[in-house]
Amino acid sequence: MPDQEKYNAADPLAEAGTEELEMPSAVENRTFDLGTMEAQSLIKPERLQDHPEAPAADERVEARSLWQDAWRDLRRNPIFIISGLLIVFLIVMAVWPGLFASTDPLKCDLSKSQQGVSSGHPFGYDNQGCDVYARTVYGARASITVGVCATAGAALVGTVMGGLAGFFGGWFDSVVSRIADIFFGIPILLGGLVFLSVVPSQSIWIVVAFIVVLGWPQIARISRGSVITVKQQDYVTAAEALGAGSSRLMVRHILPNAVAPIIVVATIALGTYIALEATLSFLGVGLKPPTVSWGIDISSASDSFRNAPHMLLYPAGALSITVLAFIMLGDAVRDALDPKLR
Amino acid sequence: MTTVTEKADSGERLAPGTPLLEVRDLHVEFVTRDGIAKAVNGVNYSVAAGETLAVLGESGSGKSVTAQTIMGILDMPPGRVTSGEILFRGQDMLKMSNEERRKIRGRKIAMIFQDALSSLNPVLSVGYQLGEMFRVHQGASRKEAKAKAIELMDRVRIPAAAQRVNDYPHQFSGGMRQRIMIAMALALEPDLIIADEPTTALDVTVQAQVMDLLAELQAEYNMGLILITHDLGVVADVADKIAVMYAGRIVETAPVHELYASPAHPYTKGLLRSIPRLDQKGQDLYAIKGLPPNLLKVPAGCAFNPRCDIATDLCRTEIPALHQVADKDGAELAGRRSACHLWKETLHG
Repeated sequence: MPDQEKYNAADPLAEAGTEELEMPSAVENRTFDLGTMEAQSLIKPERLQDHPEAPAADERVEARSLWQDAWRDLRRNPIFIISGLLIVFLIVMAVWPGLFASTDPLKCDLSKSQQGVSSGHPFGYDNQGCDVYARTVYGARASITVGVCATAGAALVGTVMGGLAGFFGGWFDSVVSRIADIFFGIPILLGGLVFLSVVPSQSIWIVVAFIVVLGWPQIARISRGSVITVKQQDYVTAAEALGAGSSRLMVRHILPNAVAPIIVVATIALGTYIALEATLSFLGVGLKPPTVSWGIDISSASDSFRNAPHMLLYPAGALSITVLAFIMLGDAVRDALDPKLR
Repeated sequence: MTTVTEKADSGERLAPGTPLLEVRDLHVEFVTRDGIAKAVNGVNYSVAAGETLAVLGESGSGKSVTAQTIMGILDMPPGRVTSGEILFRGQDMLKMSNEERRKIRGRKIAMIFQDALSSLNPVLSVGYQLGEMFRVHQGASRKEAKAKAIELMDRVRIPAAAQRVNDYPHQFSGGMRQRIMIAMALALEPDLIIADEPTTALDVTVQAQVMDLLAELQAEYNMGLILITHDLGVVADVADKIAVMYAGRIVETAPVHELYASPAHPYTKGLLRSIPRLDQKGQDLYAIKGLPPNLLKVPAGCAFNPRCDIATDLCRTEIPALHQVADKDGAELAGRRSACHLWKETLHG
């Protein structure tokens, strides 16, 4: 058994800056110090963090968290770049439609009903003689608003409910899960036909609220499962053992580790919610005129598709591209956040 | 045993030798689908300020469960404490409210976990996690917390602490991560640290460094240390006394060197014989025959009897008490106890 005194004297840790590979006997004639080399190689140059686009960034070993890692992956993913550009374009179109279309989508001239392309009206006219191009541009606002707000609402409600259920477990979990199951069991179109046809108001927010009510259980299930997984991790126990309270555990330690799958599902859901709004509007229970919506336009154009296909193709094409862009974004985000798929 | 009636939050250091933490007759069991698993069956131990108690035992011997019960991080259900007391500075922690216990955790008693990588939050920088201790318990500002985190990293000798404070756990090597865990546990200068197999996940050279660091800081702060391990080599240098656990009971306690020199329980003897040695080349390694008992069906009598070479009929029927151990002349050996009917034969012959 080594003498305690002697052992301490040869303690490799007594020299700051040493690490790992040194045996106590190597202290006397140290020719190399792997520990310091390792430490220096990992020191992150301050400026790289401020300019993540700096060309040198990829060659160096940077300090990276899961999120920084994911962001780095995303930047290199062509699918993310294409879908991201499309989405930025669509959002600009939704916020400032006047930039793209000078014609008023509600100023119609019945005498031009179903007419084809003419100067200044590249997509032709619809049944009511309104400009299809203007309506397609202005229709982005309804779709994007419904998609973004419904997703935000469903993600918020779903994350909170599912997260609390997963964290506390027991009877609270059972009650929340059963309530979620009930909403999960309602067929969304049937529910839409019944619920939205009895609501007198035709505001966009009614449609958003309806999608949130039927959409949150999907997010809640994901978030519950994810929270349960993270809750069992050692670092949560460790944080608890060092005195963190329930709210700190949830917000600081569990949520950031559990949120990745929620973001993925929510991004993909965004696309489907936009499609859902169009479907409901097509069926006549979603948005109603004078709101401009792709779903409404598709619905009114479908009767005379053979005479004037342009009336249908443009709004339908815009809708498809939008849904596709969000689903592609969701896929790219999933690839970046789920290391198992890499 | 001296009874301490001091208040837990008085903040004063106790005189050396006075127990800081005392576990009395602790029983913990788990309700499982197959029945009740008795993980801890009447454990007694105490640790004083500045003292190191090593709790030794195989997997499933109840050593970690005891520690988790002390910390109050046992999952309940399925776990439950059926009886016993855990006195911290004379106050029974099992009778405290959750809020009171939470105030003790981290501030008075801290814990170091086995696997530092999985015990550090992957999405938060180590600086944030270290600083969190000060922000939660002392309400420090972000800036103060960061400064203190760097100071702590320096204390546990992480090179270039100021540059590395914003790094994430996966960017550190195993030994450095464990030092960060130690820094977190030390942050608020607790009275007692429970280290649950702190070096199991590390390679041998780093093990020694981490243990030395822990021992040095313990001496500096005059903390009590409960070192839970199954590694006899780790214990030898740092522990003052050892408690050997088997099937949820303490089977032997002794000052560390005496236990190594002359074990008084057949199980301890077997453990010591199982250590691989360099001069054993070519020989078969000794192993205690059989397997640790199923906690759902602990054997009658001494739980070790089916694996014991010298078991008698008495061992199969009667649970041995923790006998005071005496030398050949009958003089009591201080601090030595053995839960074996045949301790005399084991120790002397």
